[in-house]
Amino acid sequence: MIWNDEFETLPREAIESLQAKRLRQVVERVNATVPFYRESFEKAGISPFQINTLDDLKRLPFTLKQDMRDNYPYGLFSVPLEQIVRIHASSGTTGKPTVVGYTRRDIEMWAELMARCFGAAGVHQGDIIQNAYGYGLFTGGLGAHYGAERLGASVIPMSGGQTKKQLMLLQDFGSTVLTCTPSYCLFLAEAAREEGIDIVNLPLRVGIHGAEPWSEQMRGEIEEKLGIKAIDIYGLSEILGPGVGIECIEAQHGLHLWEDHFIPEIINPDTGEVLPHGEKGELVITTITKEGIPLIRYRTRDITRIIPEPCICGRTHVRLERMSGRSDDMMIIRGVNVFPSQIESVLFKIEGVEPHYQLVVNREDNLDTLEVQVEVNEVTFSDEIKELQSLSRRIQKDIKEILGVSCQVKLVEPKTIARSEGKAKRVIDLRDQA
Amino acid sequence: MKVQQISIFIENKAGRLAEVTRVLGESGVNIRALSLADTSDFGILRLIVDKIDAAQEILKSGGFTVNKTDVVAVEVPDRPLGLYSILETLDRGRINVEYMYAFAEHDGANAVIIFRFDDPDAAVDLLRKTGIHMLDGEAVYNM
Amino acid sequence: MNFSEGRLRVFDPRHECIDRGQLERLQLERLQQVVHRVQKNVPCYQNKFREAGVDAREIRNLSDLSRLPFTTKDDLRQNYPYDMFAVPMKEVVRIHSSSGTTGKPTVVGYTRSDLHTWTDLVARFMTAAGVHDEDIVHIAFGYGLFTGAFGLHYGAERIGASVIPMSGGNTEKQLMILQDYKSTALVCTPSYALTLADRMEQAGMNPRDLSLEVGLFGAEPWSEQMRVEIEERLGIVATDNYGLSEVMGPGVAGECLYKCGMHIAEDHFIAETIDPDTGDVLPPGSKGELVITTLTKEGIPLIRYRTRDITRIHQEICECGRTLARMEKTMGRSDDMLIIKGVNVFPTQIEEVLFKVEGCQPHYQLIVDREDNRDSLEVQVEVQECIFFDEMRQQREFVQSVEGELATMLGVSAKVKLVEPNSIPRHEGKAQRVIDRRNKDL
Repeated sequence: MIWNDEFETLPREAIESLQAKRLRQVVERVNATVPFYRESFEKAGISPFQINTLDDLKRLPFTLKQDMRDNYPYGLFSVPLEQIVRIHASSGTTGKPTVVGYTRRDIEMWAELMARCFGAAGVHQGDIIQNAYGYGLFTGGLGAHYGAERLGASVIPMSGGQTKKQLMLLQDFGSTVLTCTPSYCLFLAEAAREEGIDIVNLPLRVGIHGAEPWSEQMRGEIEEKLGIKAIDIYGLSEILGPGVGIECIEAQHGLHLWEDHFIPEIINPDTGEVLPHGEKGELVITTITKEGIPLIRYRTRDITRIIPEPCICGRTHVRLERMSGRSDDMMIIRGVNVFPSQIESVLFKIEGVEPHYQLVVNREDNLDTLEVQVEVNEVTFSDEIKELQSLSRRIQKDIKEILGVSCQVKLVEPKTIARSEGKAKRVIDLRDQA
Repeated sequence: MKVQQISIFIENKAGRLAEVTRVLGESGVNIRALSLADTSDFGILRLIVDKIDAAQEILKSGGFTVNKTDVVAVEVPDRPLGLYSILETLDRGRINVEYMYAFAEHDGANAVIIFRFDDPDAAVDLLRKTGIHMLDGEAVYNM
Repeated sequence: MNFSEGRLRVFDPRHECIDRGQLERLQLERLQQVVHRVQKNVPCYQNKFREAGVDAREIRNLSDLSRLPFTTKDDLRQNYPYDMFAVPMKEVVRIHSSSGTTGKPTVVGYTRSDLHTWTDLVARFMTAAGVHDEDIVHIAFGYGLFTGAFGLHYGAERIGASVIPMSGGNTEKQLMILQDYKSTALVCTPSYALTLADRMEQAGMNPRDLSLEVGLFGAEPWSEQMRVEIEERLGIVATDNYGLSEVMGPGVAGECLYKCGMHIAEDHFIAETIDPDTGDVLPPGSKGELVITTLTKEGIPLIRYRTRDITRIHQEICECGRTLARMEKTMGRSDDMLIIKGVNVFPTQIEEVLFKVEGCQPHYQLIVDREDNRDSLEVQVEVQECIFFDEMRQQREFVQSVEGELATMLGVSAKVKLVEPNSIPRHEGKAQRVIDRRNKDL
């Protein structure tokens, strides 16, 4: 179903002239209201009046995650705080999260775009949507929630975790749509099998999965094990949250990015140069309607390419290929952004823990796992099991508190973690080795 | 070749161990070997005694929770690498040790190690084939 | 009293300051409508009315309400999940649930108009508690099936405040955000407010240095003494509010800044107090069990729902100008439900979990305590042969799986402690199920 027939099928020229007009407006707006942009434009020697066509976009400087951190918390907001009705945040390397603010109109726009996404995924008003994305500062839960409400479907705000309860609801409440990370979806399928639940024959029809990279192979597995259509969705909290783009159920190939609100570019991550249509590189997004915190040429660090061919579904908005990786060292574990340096800072605070550690990321039963291996020294070693247990529990708890992901802690003997010259290999990612 | 061991659930609080030994002692049960595994809340006391059935009976009526488990008693020569040779054999045979504890024989010549294996039958088989000396139940109970 | 003008507003003066005669006419009209509606659409009510020998047409004035039968949590359980709904599923846009007395939760459904009413009623009590559009509202209730977080979230959004949907847990991060984002209003359970203060003091910070000005606390009972402590330590004005998910969620009643009882949204609910043993209606001002009838709800209207909360209702007009009746802080329960970290827990749920894990029914006891202002639940289980293993690993796996099941079913974490047989005291052969060591002053 096409939710917004007028905008989703806008002819190419109309999209582009709308984009050009909105681009001019947003550039003027940030120049007038956000000191960071005024300075960065000045430094780049460009005035907003020089931005007239879409082609001029590449003359503007990039915005980085670091810029958001430097302007923490509210420095990049382009409206006074009274006009902000919602604040979200995502995790960052330093422990200070990246903050985003939404005006009432931003919230409306977000709900509208998420409703479009649900429509593209074949969801309609009569559906019962079990929303298993985590609610809170993370944008996933509330983003999907408002979109589903806009659509008029019945929303079950289940939030993440509580696998057994999720399964109980899938059966008892007759949910027809499930929104969660792809790995959690497979984990549910596995848990259902163990509990003897025939998940294929439940009313569940569509799964909408995002917040972490996944493969075609994983889609095949989800569709087979749950007996559903699995749809990839894209978004990041700096830009909006979920709903920046989605696959249509007709093609299930490429994520339509809502071009009346965002301008995508693909660049060479090393040189910053814009790549021709169809070439693989880093996705850069400019928000052209956001009021709370508009971003100019935001470097997403996600690697993808633009699919140039028009789509069979009739939507005219450009499609992005599945994200195939990240251009920095961030790990995405169960949809949560984790930087090795965050874990390091947790370990440093605990007395007697050696600064030698290793992170092993794996996927067991389709659920991401994180194992933190820590070397024990004379101070931490104790012959009483309970002492050691309480040490690993403490590490576990602190990591959970600060990063929001649970992990296994394995205490290992001194000198057992391989050291290489210079930079230690901190992360072993065993996922997707197939 | 298996030896029976009793295990007892005890809370981690003062006087509980003493209570177990008092109950057993007053009924004339002799303890041959013991090991205690502890956590912050509770412990599992494992005992080899001379009168298994009587001990189980007495402890149960004394209000304790008691289980019987099969373990294997292995004689280990008192020399360097004595234990290693046994563990190495087990490792090569892919037998897992769940837990173990040791005590010395009366004459002090050899040590006896009590093993709990994930697969006791396979372990006994392997040890026998390798010529490692095991003690049977009677031998241990009457030590 | 000394409040800035901005914090002394009335969100909906037409209804909040309504004349009692006019209010009662409105209530009667709405009562007649809802009783007709449930009699027509909800089989459970058709049966109940038939059994009680009453018909919707016989409700001619408000005093006729007492002729209608009660609705209980058990009715919701028997009609699990959707059979109490008074509208078709396609009109339901939101589903919430709360703890049931067994493993199956209690389910509630909202139509679009229900959400609208709910949002308005929350905006109403939040405004009464001093929240306005320039506030930054930090919501530390857990988001999810529980109604607390969503109720306050939508209400604050309606007022036009900036909402920080923090959700529960993660105390260190909560503090960082309270400081860095300069939140001015705090929403959580009262005990969690004190936990936040404790943590700050431990870290050598003064909680009064935060930008917080008001705190809206609910989801668990708390005392006047606790209010004084919170206000003193955090340097804020702390108000109480009341609601339960079966009836709607938060927004059923809330305090104004005069803090003399929670104004009940009487244009949407009729509140009665009854003698929990006989079911007789008590005169205003007497202590009894609160019974609520929803007047405007479409998704799942409830007639004379027994909340099991004990309170008193006062009709004298409040200094703030609101004419709506006020209920006192709840003073206990007429059943064995416990409220732990704001989550409702029934001892029968724990029995189910223990049976599920190893198939036996050991004796158990719940120890509820509050340490450093945090509720803790310990489940002591007497070890018997079926749950005793000689390997530590298995023994610990057993404890972990019970803890895991409990967390899933209760939605609150519990520590399982294995104890020796017969160590839980018995009364006439039955073990005492619950020992609650919190708030002896309540």
